[in-house]
Amino acid sequence: MYKDGKLKMVKPKIAIIDYKMCNLFSVEHACRYVGGDPIITTKPEDVRSADAVILPGVGAFHDAISNLRELGMDTAIIDVISGGIPFMGICLGFQLLFSSSEEFGTSNGLGVFNGAVRKFPRDVNGYTLKIPQMGWNSISINKESHILKGVNDDTYMYFVHSFYVLPEDNDIILTKTTYSDFEYCSSISDTNVFACQFHPEKSGEEGIKIYRNWVASI
Amino acid sequence: MSLTKRVIARLDIKGPNLVKGIHLEGLRVLGKPEDFARYYYSQGAEELMYMDMVASLYERNSLEEIIRRTASEVFIPLTVGGGLRTINDIRAVLLAGADKVSLNTAVIRNPELIRQASRYFGSSTIVVSIEAIKQSDGKYLAYVDNGREYTGVEVVSWAQKIEELGAGEIVITSVDREGTGLGYDINLIQKVSSAVSIPVVACGGGGSPEHVSSAIVEGGAEAVAVASMLHYDYVSKNSMKGDFSNEGNTEFLKKKSSFAKIKPNSISSIKKEMIKNGIPTRCTRMEN
Repeated sequence: MYKDGKLKMVKPKIAIIDYKMCNLFSVEHACRYVGGDPIITTKPEDVRSADAVILPGVGAFHDAISNLRELGMDTAIIDVISGGIPFMGICLGFQLLFSSSEEFGTSNGLGVFNGAVRKFPRDVNGYTLKIPQMGWNSISINKESHILKGVNDDTYMYFVHSFYVLPEDNDIILTKTTYSDFEYCSSISDTNVFACQFHPEKSGEEGIKIYRNWVASI
Repeated sequence: MSLTKRVIARLDIKGPNLVKGIHLEGLRVLGKPEDFARYYYSQGAEELMYMDMVASLYERNSLEEIIRRTASEVFIPLTVGGGLRTINDIRAVLLAGADKVSLNTAVIRNPELIRQASRYFGSSTIVVSIEAIKQSDGKYLAYVDNGREYTGVEVVSWAQKIEELGAGEIVITSVDREGTGLGYDINLIQKVSSAVSIPVVACGGGGSPEHVSSAIVEGGAEAVAVASMLHYDYVSKNSMKGDFSNEGNTEFLKKKSSFAKIKPNSISSIKKEMIKNGIPTRCTRMEN
């Protein structure tokens, strides 16, 4: 990226939102590894002034949304997304963008996108699903995006989750994944937002490509 | 396409070193955990598991340093266990770069910790490890403190309770088989995996790629933890550098002696065997 019209590469400042829930180190390192300048922050003003923002995620939906609200991050996230700032949501950070979740009772999400977060069904076609889905599963690419440049259809990514996202708008679905016979949306992209259920920072070199593509687009 | 079965490289850590023991005792020093971790990553391991064998408060900082260094260059999941007793202990290793934590002693004494931890960090982050010893009547009982301390807790009902309380995964270790290379205890794995619907990781006894396949096919494991085979493969292919402190038995390293019962095997030879048995496997760069 260029700043002040000078031909000088400036590393994009990436705010990684810390809401006391999860592993931030691997996300931070993946950003740095592909040429970003990440900062881990609990301050909404850092999020508002960043070139790009990541909402990472491991943890429980209800506690996560309460922590985000307490920090004043909920409005900061909604503002940067509507302001066109590149935004990435990972795992729980993907789920939080939707309207509601049924994890430990119904909780309201950030509502950036319409849709629900649901628990995997126990039985699909007579087969019992092991929940959480934990491990490597493949992504089936639903539409073109610069985020997936160099990533082939059916590439394996690392997943850890018991809940999945059911978007109301099918056009935002970037990839789908099938757990046993159960197909669900494993990532979305919509203008400046990319969000995925899998962990690109835990998916080996293929996942790192996604970080590289995303940082290149900032 | 569906979920693949995982090969997990298990690294037992004492202070700054990777160690390996028989029946979880008699530790021998093998080298620096980060070096082995980097190698297993490049070889296509699906996951890493670090177990702190001493787990004293004094050495906790050193473990966190190892986690930090590993997570900065290895982009696959890392589970960390050993001596984690509180929500704060769990948070500390997660912040250092671990993705999941493995709990044992603390949750046998206080099962409610499983509920609290999975509520706080999400079920998927909480792994409970069971160290099982087969009794003369054929029952399996759970032990703590690296298989040294009797609890009287029956393994299968404990596994079901672990699931009820909200853990995301169970690692079932046969203390009897650990470090022997005689193969996983299929009966034990089968009992546990058929009693719960959360993923079960087989651990303890893997001595060949065939053992790994049978833990999955016959035992019903979702993932298999492998230690000795891989470590000896690494040791046989890499020259050891540096000083390994004065902890533990370093005779093995100095002599580079082979280990009678366990032959070195690489991750790719394990995966080839899995593919041969029709087990869904992540395709990665395969090296011999």
